[in-house]
Amino acid sequence: MVEAAPPIAPDSRVLIEDFLIDYAHAIDDGDLKRWPDFFTADGVYQIIPRESFDAGLPMGIMYCEGRGMMSDRVLALETANIFEPHTYCHILGRPRLNRDADGAFKARTNFNVFRTMQDGGGEMFAVGKYVDTIALEDGRPMLRDRRVVLESRRIDILLVFPL
Amino acid sequence: MVLAAAEDLSDPFEWPDAGVTRVPYRLFSDPEIYALEQQRIFRGPVWNYLCLEIDIPNPGDHKTTTVGEIPVVVTRDENGDVHAMVNRCAHKGALVCLKERGNSKTMTCVYHSWSYDLRGRLKGIAFRDGLNGKGGMPEDFDRDKHRLEPLRIEIICGLVFGTFSDETPSIESYLGEKMTASIRRNLGRPLKPLGMHSQIIHNNWKLYAENVRDSYHATLLHTFYTTFKINRLDMDGGIVMADDKWHHISFAKRKTLQESEEYQNANVHSAQYESKLDGPELLNTWDEYDDGITHSIQGIFPNLAIHSTLNSLAVRFFAPRGVDETELFWIYLGCEDDTEEQTNMRVMQGNLTGTAGLVSLEDGCINEFVQRGTRGSGDREAFIEMGGRDVEPSEASRATEVAIRGFWTGYRRIMGFA
Ligand SMILES: [Fe+2]
Repeated sequence: MVEAAPPIAPDSRVLIEDFLIDYAHAIDDGDLKRWPDFFTADGVYQIIPRESFDAGLPMGIMYCEGRGMMSDRVLALETANIFEPHTYCHILGRPRLNRDADGAFKARTNFNVFRTMQDGGGEMFAVGKYVDTIALEDGRPMLRDRRVVLESRRIDILLVFPL
Repeated sequence: MVLAAAEDLSDPFEWPDAGVTRVPYRLFSDPEIYALEQQRIFRGPVWNYLCLEIDIPNPGDHKTTTVGEIPVVVTRDENGDVHAMVNRCAHKGALVCLKERGNSKTMTCVYHSWSYDLRGRLKGIAFRDGLNGKGGMPEDFDRDKHRLEPLRIEIICGLVFGTFSDETPSIESYLGEKMTASIRRNLGRPLKPLGMHSQIIHNNWKLYAENVRDSYHATLLHTFYTTFKINRLDMDGGIVMADDKWHHISFAKRKTLQESEEYQNANVHSAQYESKLDGPELLNTWDEYDDGITHSIQGIFPNLAIHSTLNSLAVRFFAPRGVDETELFWIYLGCEDDTEEQTNMRVMQGNLTGTAGLVSLEDGCINEFVQRGTRGSGDREAFIEMGGRDVEPSEASRATEVAIRGFWTGYRRIMGFA
């Protein structure tokens, strides 16, 4: 039996939805320096194929523990890593929200990410779901834990920007 | 297109006089050469990586894979023995196992319900005697003459290899002493899976085979290696080669670093990236081996590599998916007796490699850059003389392309390219 979850107040939903959309737009706009700021100081970020996520395997494709590791990623991709220029466009589904006992939100949001290369060719790059725990710090939503669960575990060429 | 010998090519191929220091770009784009490789290499006297034993731990388990482009299924029978066979029904050629992984007592082709045991022997045929006395197989139909086409298999340290050829020597003599010892060092203990993913790289499979043997590029292209002193050419290290030349190991000892000026003087972009990590836990390690080697990558002909970088341990299998497309699998491993802390370190170091690897992500595109750069230049050739023109092990330096020359030495031999 599915237990009836306590209802989410409409203004809370708007707050969370805007937050999830801001995250996606920051990446789409290439504003990657802001990416770690969407997480709590000790937030966890992982991109993991669905097979591994469902099997409880610990290793995915990208893993960061804390904002420090996230800003290392951003610095590396902006200054060290070599790849062909490209951009993302995230399309998010409507999030399903639940409230944790401690007041944090649990959210599941389906997504598509389209990637456009420098030659102008664009195609679907990733499909999957965000499985999030979102805490409120001073009333502001922050990702405590984001698992990017990929249906598509066969990545085309490479994955450099976070999803 | 089935081509059996070099003479079958409609445009004859001749290796340049300068030998394996030259590699004609045609080898990366000619569909006839690609078709010939399927016969000479993947159906020929080599050991093809199929899967890990831990992919099929229980009786009845199966795992599908490919050998060259040929679909193959690996099974574990009720006695615990491992078998491999072409995943192609003996009747009309449909795939028999549709799921990549599964468990069953028999394998049944969904098309006409022909069923096979876990060794690939034909057991049942729907309507063999027809219905109501009409139809059915001819009187002289002999079930034992029809089965799934078998591969011979051998297992070493949990790696399952298969071959189509009766001429392939035992796996240990195929690998040779040094390659076998390295596999035992890395994988000769109870293993557990940590995770797997794959990536499509838009290049011929041999460009990736070169890439894993290319110790010259590793610290030039991969900034992260250099900056964080994970792997540099000014550490003690070298290239070990099998007697057959086509397998190799490139290794480095991190603690022996003596920073050389060449990295700065050569204006190497990879040495210009000054950074301290905000999340230094990324590079937490423990001394796992007592030989001082902290980085090794081993290339096994034709399309397997095993890396052990700090404590990150992975099997890389690169499967041809067409003349200019390859699927590269990253299969990450830990040991059964790893502590939780050790597992965490392996997971953290997983950030270094793979399709999003801080170190390795460039390899996702660099081989494609060669594929694209050489388009329309099939009659031109690569120049591979770094470290000399010989094909001998280079145990004291990795500023060399000798392992690439080794790959092509073996490739020429097996392809019959004089
Ligand atoms: Fe590389």
